[in-house]
Amino acid sequence: MSKEKISICEDLADIMPPEYQELVATATFGNQDRGWKDIGSSKELIEQHSLCAGCPESIAFRYILASLPAPEDTVFVGSTGCTSLVFPHVAVHNIHSLFGNQNAIASGLKRALASRFPDVEKDVVVLAGDGATVDIGLDMTMQSWFRQEKFTTICFDNELYANTGGQESGLMQKGFVAKMAPKGKSFEKVRLPEIAREAGCAYIAVLTVSKPNRVEQAIKNAIYVAREIGPTFVQLYTPCILEIGKQSMEGLDEMKDAETIGGRFVQKEYITEEAQKLLDSIKEETKARKKAAKAKKPVNA
Amino acid sequence: MSQYQVKPGPEAFLPPAAASMGNVLPDPGEAHIEGRIVPEEEAYEYCARKLLEAKVPTIFPGPLVLWKWNDHVAEKATAIRALANEVPMRLIPMADYRPKYPKIDAEVEINPNHPNLTIWHNKIDVCIFVGVHCHMANLALKIIRGGTKCYTIAVCAQAGHEDACLSFRDANAEKVRRLIAAVKKLKSEGVKSQAIPFTQFKMSRSGPIVEPA
Repeated sequence: MSKEKISICEDLADIMPPEYQELVATATFGNQDRGWKDIGSSKELIEQHSLCAGCPESIAFRYILASLPAPEDTVFVGSTGCTSLVFPHVAVHNIHSLFGNQNAIASGLKRALASRFPDVEKDVVVLAGDGATVDIGLDMTMQSWFRQEKFTTICFDNELYANTGGQESGLMQKGFVAKMAPKGKSFEKVRLPEIAREAGCAYIAVLTVSKPNRVEQAIKNAIYVAREIGPTFVQLYTPCILEIGKQSMEGLDEMKDAETIGGRFVQKEYITEEAQKLLDSIKEETKARKKAAKAKKPVNA
Repeated sequence: MSQYQVKPGPEAFLPPAAASMGNVLPDPGEAHIEGRIVPEEEAYEYCARKLLEAKVPTIFPGPLVLWKWNDHVAEKATAIRALANEVPMRLIPMADYRPKYPKIDAEVEINPNHPNLTIWHNKIDVCIFVGVHCHMANLALKIIRGGTKCYTIAVCAQAGHEDACLSFRDANAEKVRRLIAAVKKLKSEGVKSQAIPFTQFKMSRSGPIVEPA
């Protein structure tokens, strides 16, 4: 997709539904400062979704899509699960892979895109649930990190297999009883962030999706670092309200509880020295650009 | 075995793919009418007659002509608008293929996943698909044949569609203009459009534009 192509033929423009006319007029393609604050006004990447009412995963989708630095040059690789129900509604290129294969496919894709478009920065982002990332696909996930593949892996961690009725997953907390795990989990939650660090990820973030600005920053950092340095990993807590016995309105509270001190999802980041330098330089550049833009504006504007 | 005829439905919940019944696509310079391969010229006249006979003839322009991918597309869009004005025909866009929830507005748009809704709602009896990606056109054409009595015409830029009742291939702006010429020729011979009088709707960024009475 190229943002120059997002215009409507003049002779048929007057029959186009309003949302497409809006898309041309207000889309955030090409806007360097696009972010979560555009969610209310810019719906070109996602509008409706097919998840349950109040599902934190749907919130995560909106924040992530709003945070992509260049959606027109981004390809998602997804896997089987609730996320795969949303991708048909998403206007970003995406590939649905076999369960667990997502990081292997993303590896090939990233290399192919780098070869096909040497002058364009193409971002590849894996977005899969905890079953695909940690249980069935852990081999592929880790091997891509070992190989230092330059793409971002995002894990939607809902701590069980929600889509199939509540089976135990590796990221489930110890002792948790689910509908299809009646005896309770007998071992600790897999420490995936630590595994990612040891496997060579240059940037790792663990957080919930209760605060959009934090999600935006983590996603942008992960993508910027993946472009220049190496693999990055973001683990987002997106609880399945149905499977943990909550109501539609309680997803946000559940995430807030989980991120309080002592909780399972207290926000943490691991950044290599090299990645930190890169992020600092990007921050400086952004600051200088905004300052210059502000200086250019007429005083009365 | 006699040749399978791609007639308007309603045929069945799941009509067979015409290709599976032995129907083949036309070669360059040809078209097909209900599965029968004919010279393109014959198809222009047949198509023009179908359009003029219809009570609610409608064009469904797809993303390949609605969005301005290049100058050729813009030229084709101009030709499509001219065809709509000449017959006259309604224009109902298929802007993209995403499922729309909770439901589409069948009065002003069509979605390939349930095209029958738009056809039933507007009582469309003849339609033209143009600028719709092949896989989505195939899906929609079969659904229409399965559940409606609408006569489907594909003005295809690639190799044509077996599942349309009538299909052109390699369509570009020039071929759309030749179809307009065929309509004009029939009109000059005294064939009158049977279309029910209508006003083409217009949309703005805030919704349909309602003309003052």
